[in-house]
Amino acid sequence: MKLEDLKKIREKASKEIELRQKQARVKIVVGMGTSGIAAGAREVLKTLLDEIATRNLTDVMVTQTGEKGLASHEPMIEIYEEGKEVVVYGNIDAEKAKRIIAEHIVNHKPVSEYVIEV
Amino acid sequence: MMDDICAHITDIVANSLSAGAKNVLVSIELSKTRNILSLKISDNGKGMDKETAAKVVDPFYSTKTGRKVGLGIPLLKGTAETCGGSFTLSSNAGVGTEIEVSFLLDHPDLPPLGKLKDTILILSVSNPEVNFSFKIKTDERDFFFDTEEINKILDGLPIHDPEVIKFLTNYLDENLEFI
Repeated sequence: MKLEDLKKIREKASKEIELRQKQARVKIVVGMGTSGIAAGAREVLKTLLDEIATRNLTDVMVTQTGEKGLASHEPMIEIYEEGKEVVVYGNIDAEKAKRIIAEHIVNHKPVSEYVIEV
Repeated sequence: MMDDICAHITDIVANSLSAGAKNVLVSIELSKTRNILSLKISDNGKGMDKETAAKVVDPFYSTKTGRKVGLGIPLLKGTAETCGGSFTLSSNAGVGTEIEVSFLLDHPDLPPLGKLKDTILILSVSNPEVNFSFKIKTDERDFFFDTEEINKILDGLPIHDPEVIKFLTNYLDENLEFI
């Protein structure tokens, strides 16, 4: 497998590229400071990327941020969606991350039991 | 607290990102013949003056006032010293920071390397505005992964596109089998 093979993906995508270049509909931010990492944030981030890949979610992007000062709720993720209030989830693991993708991101119903107050 | 070497790498890189780095280089050398695991992480973030650089290795120091964090660097230094290795941090305000650390590969307290492929994928995909270079070297082989090169090929297609994530996952799986 060579990096050059990426060109095929680029060519295939060229028709829809203008659409994809527009800002992502949903931005998921994962807390990856020291306490987040120690609590399992890497596993959560990897799960989110896997879900985006398998469900082909072209309008969702995942980014990382540093400490939020709420170490007891790590791993934490924030969901930014156009025209909606920010939703903050706490104490997330891989399974919960999958559920958030399925229910919140795909079906637009936040998973209220994982939401924390900030 | 830090389960593996990749957790330390992710944590040190998070410092680089917080310092506003746009270029981050991570080199990992694993040499059985020399019995050493060495890491180098350098960035072009805002850097630190001498005084601050001396303080960040202190577990009771953080630039984030009021938060009991900033333990990452002392933890890494502690692991290196426990494992018969060395730790150096050099930084220049306005230029960037470089951390070099080594461990004895056969030391019983050396944490496992951890999931290197996932680490490279996570950092590259979730920080699209940062150029990452990863150099992985063993006695037999080496591997170089550079997001600037990838973005050049992608020519506007975001690195977090689902097809690109799939490709990079498989690409890293295949090319890092030797680790």
